[in-house]
This record gives sequence, structure tokens and C-alpha cells, in this order.
Amino acid sequence: MPVRTDAMPASKRRVLVVACGALARELLEVVRANGLSGIDVECLPASYHNTPDLIPDAVAARVLASRDRYDKVYVGYADCGTGGRLDAVCEELGVERLPGAHCYQFFTGAEAFTELQDAEIGTFYLTDYLARHFDRLVIGFLGLDRHPELRDDYFGNYTRLVYLAQVDDPELVVRAEAAADRLGLRFEHRRTGYGELATSIVALGATRPTPDPLPIA
Amino acid sequence: MAEEPLDDEVVLAELSDEDLTAQMHDDLYDGLADEIVEGTEILLERGWDPSRVLNEALVAGMRIVGIDFRDGILFVPEVLLAANAMKAGMAILRPLLAETGAEPIGKVVIGTVKGDIHDIGKNLVGMMLEGAGFEVFDLGINTDVEQFLAALDEHKPDLLGMSALLTTTMPYMKVVIDTLIEKSLREEYMIIVGGAPLNEEFSEAIGADAYCRDAAVASETAERLVAERRAAV
Repeated sequence: MPVRTDAMPASKRRVLVVACGALARELLEVVRANGLSGIDVECLPASYHNTPDLIPDAVAARVLASRDRYDKVYVGYADCGTGGRLDAVCEELGVERLPGAHCYQFFTGAEAFTELQDAEIGTFYLTDYLARHFDRLVIGFLGLDRHPELRDDYFGNYTRLVYLAQVDDPELVVRAEAAADRLGLRFEHRRTGYGELATSIVALGATRPTPDPLPIA
Repeated sequence: MAEEPLDDEVVLAELSDEDLTAQMHDDLYDGLADEIVEGTEILLERGWDPSRVLNEALVAGMRIVGIDFRDGILFVPEVLLAANAMKAGMAILRPLLAETGAEPIGKVVIGTVKGDIHDIGKNLVGMMLEGAGFEVFDLGINTDVEQFLAALDEHKPDLLGMSALLTTTMPYMKVVIDTLIEKSLREEYMIIVGGAPLNEEFSEAIGADAYCRDAAVASETAERLVAERRAAV
């Protein structure tokens, strides 16, 4: 189901963003804060974060199911571990996607993220979404709730956890720090804001609508 | 006084060879390292050759785990537990296999490429290759082209295996292959690649010999490639 950003009738809408569920809150906030009333957001399950193989087909199905109702459809995913397969789908469908390899990169900005990663390659990242759902998406998915002894198999090569915060929320900082502690990693906190997610969506909102056909005299 | 086993508890030492290997496949599937150690020791005490224990009890069991992982029946934690159980059995068998002085069926250099620290899949591949009778030289994580070249020069393997988990690091495989081409060394080695974001298309595009979607496939592919190359000589 699309998340409507205001009461404008669907027939007047121009842009649909088919996005990762892990970006729903952030996308809606960018749309609201920038008054982008012509943009609707539809989200696919955030759990695909852990199963990127499922992303390209799911995106394709959603784009095909919705494109007739919109002037433009945009994909609210980075490559997200699909190894170029999402790009192939986007090319085939003639749609664009968010820049970069993953959300850590577009929240931080490509250059800043490269510096961050090069400084310490054993870095595990959390966003607001992942900090909020760490127990389910990380601990649960990796089976660490049932088998805590596997922690070092997964994280033995990591040295720090960087929490890339989109908003200032002290409770999320506490959660992220607890996550670092649980994984045995040094904790760092960086405020990124919405980064290239915001610039991409705002630019999308500035896309000129398809003009109505001229009346025949 | 020795503890009496519970009614439904399986006493490994009382099982026939056939039932014991089947039970060890189940125990590997369930990631029960202690039971794998016990089963391995029992089979050795019964006079089994270490390579037979390895192949019939451990490798065969891990193949079942690999198939069920591929089919989405098992997930990463279960595979990791199974791998750790196999590792426990291998720890007993490895010195015994070395003692037999059996010639390896081939040599393999493996590593996770530069910029990438993920090694669960690569370690599993190493273990399956070792189980298949290869001598494995594992360069670990974050391996750059110079390290790969130095290891190839030192060990003169039949195969090079490269792993990457990240979309951002997998292109480095091409850097390694292109460097081998530049140095006219590409034809010396067969190259297999693997990792979650990879696929056949990528493997072909970078000039690898084969993409291996999981550890069992990597082991089978390595055996096939070595046999084909030797047959062609």
C-alpha cells in the first residue's frame, strides 16, 4: 500500500518511490519536511536488507504494478548487496535508483564514507533503523540469541561499530552503544542526517510534471 | 559410577558403522561438535582410515548441509554451527592425514580480497577443499594483489580462489586477474570466485574460470577443474 503524503487524489500524483522498508520513516520525513506533496512512497519489506537476492525481482514487480498510475517511478534502494542485479532491473525498466552501494554510503556521502571505511575496514555500521531493530535484524537473523557463542565467528574481524545517526535521539544512541557492547566493538557515533537520500528525493520532487496535452483547437 | 544413558539417547559406540556415519551426518546438521569428535574417535578406533572418516562421515555430512542451505532450509547460523562441528572433527583428523603422507589432489591459494574482512564463506570453502584432499593455503582477509602474487609464486598452486561479501570489494577480483594477465601468469592458474553478491555473469565478466555459489560447489568445481586440466596435458 502506498503511503500518501497528503490528501491529493492519486490521479494527480506524479512520482512514486519504491523503497526499502528500512527507509520508510526517513523518506516520509524528507517528503514532509520539504513539502513534496507530489511524491508517494511504497515500501518493500525491510527484512530484504538481509536477503538482497530478493530485492531485484521484488522491486521489478512493484514498479510494474504501479507505473501506470504515475508519471515517474524511482527506486529507493542503493545497490544494497545485489551485485549490480538491481541496476540491471532498473535499466530494463527505465527507472533510476538512489546513489551508491548502500544506505550507509548515501547517508554519509560517498566521499566521507570512503574515508570512514578506509580509516578502519573492520567497521560495522548501524543506521537509526538498524539501531531501532538491532535485536531482530542482527541478533535474531544471525542466530546470536540462540547461539551467542557464534559472535566471534561473525564479528571477530570487526573492531568498531559506527552509528550513523539520521536524527538526534538519545534513546537510539543508548541502543547503538549497547549493540556495540554486545558485539564486543568500540563505539562511535556520527550524525549524518539524511545525506544524499534527502538531496536525491528533493531533486526528484523538483522534476517537472508531464504537461497535459494541449487542447485541440 | 558411570551415568546411565536416557532411554532415547543415542549411544554412538553401540551403533554399526553405517548407523554411526548416518548419525554423524545428523549431528553435523545439528552442529553438535562434541558428538562429531566422539564419532570421529570411534570410527578411528574401529580401524577406519582417517581419509575415509573425513569423506564418508564429515564431508558427506557437510554436503547435505550445503544442499539444504542452497535450498533455503538451513540458514547462516546453522551452517556456521555445522562448520564448527566439522572443524572439531578435522582437528583430530588433520595430523593423522598428514602422517599418512598421502599426496594432495591439488593445491589451492584462497583469500578474501582487499578491503573486505568477511571470511565465513571463505573458511568454509577452505575446509571443504581440504576435505576433498586439496592442500589449502589461506591468505586470510583483506588480501591485496601483491599478497596473492607472492603466495602464487611461493606455493605454485593449481587454483586461486577469491572471496568477497561486499558489492564495493568484489571488483578487486578483476584487479587481481588483470594483474595476472599483465604479468602473463593468468594461464598458470585456474581461478574460482565466490561470495554473496557475485554471480555467473560477474565471474565471466572479470575473466574467472568459475563462479561457486557455495562451499560444496567450490569443492566440486575445484576437483573438476583440476581433473580437466590434468587430462588436457
